[in-house]
Amino acid sequence: MTNPSYDPRVNRLKLGHADDPVKIEEGENWNIYEVFHQEKRGAHHEHVGCVHAPNPQLALVFAKEQFGRRKKCVNLWVVRSADILAFDLEDEDMFAGNLEKTYRDASGFKVMEKINKVKGAAKQAPGKA
Amino acid sequence: MYGGGYIFDEPNRKQLREEQLHDDPEKLAAFEDRITKGEKIEPGDWMPAEYRRQLIRLIEQHAHSEIIGALPEGTWITRAPGFKRKLALIAKVQDEVGHGQLLYNAAETLGKTREAMINDLLSGKSKYSNVFNYPAMTWADVTVIGFLIDAAAIVNQVANSKGSYGPYCRALERICYEESFHLKQGHDALIELATGTPVQKAMLQDALNRWWQPIMHFFGPPDKASHHSEKLMQWKVKMASNDDMRNQFLDTYVPKIWELGLSLPDPLLRKNTGTGRWEYSDPDWDLFFKVINGGGPCNQERLQVRKWAETEGRWVRKALMNNTERKAMPVA
Repeated sequence: MTNPSYDPRVNRLKLGHADDPVKIEEGENWNIYEVFHQEKRGAHHEHVGCVHAPNPQLALVFAKEQFGRRKKCVNLWVVRSADILAFDLEDEDMFAGNLEKTYRDASGFKVMEKINKVKGAAKQAPGKA
Repeated sequence: MYGGGYIFDEPNRKQLREEQLHDDPEKLAAFEDRITKGEKIEPGDWMPAEYRRQLIRLIEQHAHSEIIGALPEGTWITRAPGFKRKLALIAKVQDEVGHGQLLYNAAETLGKTREAMINDLLSGKSKYSNVFNYPAMTWADVTVIGFLIDAAAIVNQVANSKGSYGPYCRALERICYEESFHLKQGHDALIELATGTPVQKAMLQDALNRWWQPIMHFFGPPDKASHHSEKLMQWKVKMASNDDMRNQFLDTYVPKIWELGLSLPDPLLRKNTGTGRWEYSDPDWDLFFKVINGGGPCNQERLQVRKWAETEGRWVRKALMNNTERKAMPVA
């Protein structure tokens, strides 16, 4: 090393030369797991990101460190990224479908009109009610 | 922290320009239309080869900056003055490494593995923010990094979080949330020195003098020297020009330094009340490129320490490895 470091710990390490080739092998950073975070009891688990881990148990440990250390958290799920099945983004149009969906929407059923009509008729002819 | 405005690019881009010509014009138009409408691009979407390449470059170098950026501050954990400062610094350094992981994952969604990115860092092919090639000589340097470098990075990251690539935006939103504590603890530590004894004040002034040039370098060369910004801005990869971000940073933070009775080592530094823009001496850009290309005071040490960590940690990774696992890239 050309210059001594300002960090005494670095000076105690036996550092190699900066030009020494160091190569990480493909797969050496393990597998990738998707992480789902539950902020409080009763809430849904929400996808928050990923961790690299050699197995699901350690993925949970790393997920706790990475996604549970700041915000409130009561539970985490992990699942291998390879095990997530998703629709193709190119097929997004299949969700557009028919925009006329009032038959499956609360606002599509107007009972008050009829109720008010009945009430109105009763007011006009109170004797017969 | 730590993403700067300047993203190093390899000089030879001919091959990819060729690929760029083969982008399907119909798909390209739909892609650009989506971005114009303010919609996000997701990993499975069609995207131009050049968009993918530039995003990998940007996010990867941002990730490296987080990992290498943890080193100058990390060296001060054992020497932080007092228990509270030590706790805060440990938490901050851990956050930075966590940010590196979030960003590596965002880049991986574009198809480059984390191993390949780390290899490019170690070989010097891929760069990181230039400021981390300078040493943190005293505790005052740590407070200047924690306040001003983090502040500069926040200016950049808030802008980028409104970009077009979904996974990068999501990572940045989380990062910006965590940064607010970093900035506050840095400011707090800096104020303590600024309002302390004459020795403390002098130590802080020295650190400011040392860091001012690297801070002015942080957002990269002036716009007039920037080559390929236009397309990147249209695609919402780059969200603000280097000079605009630098101006925004100066506008917010120079007054906060001056109000403490501290000075900055640039006699020309002032706000032009007519234009609303800050004026300053042109930083030494030759020095900037010299440091990026390995000629800074700490380039060697940073890579040596990173290589040491990779080499010494290898047996742990190998011992845990399960080679029958099917590997995949992150989903989102």
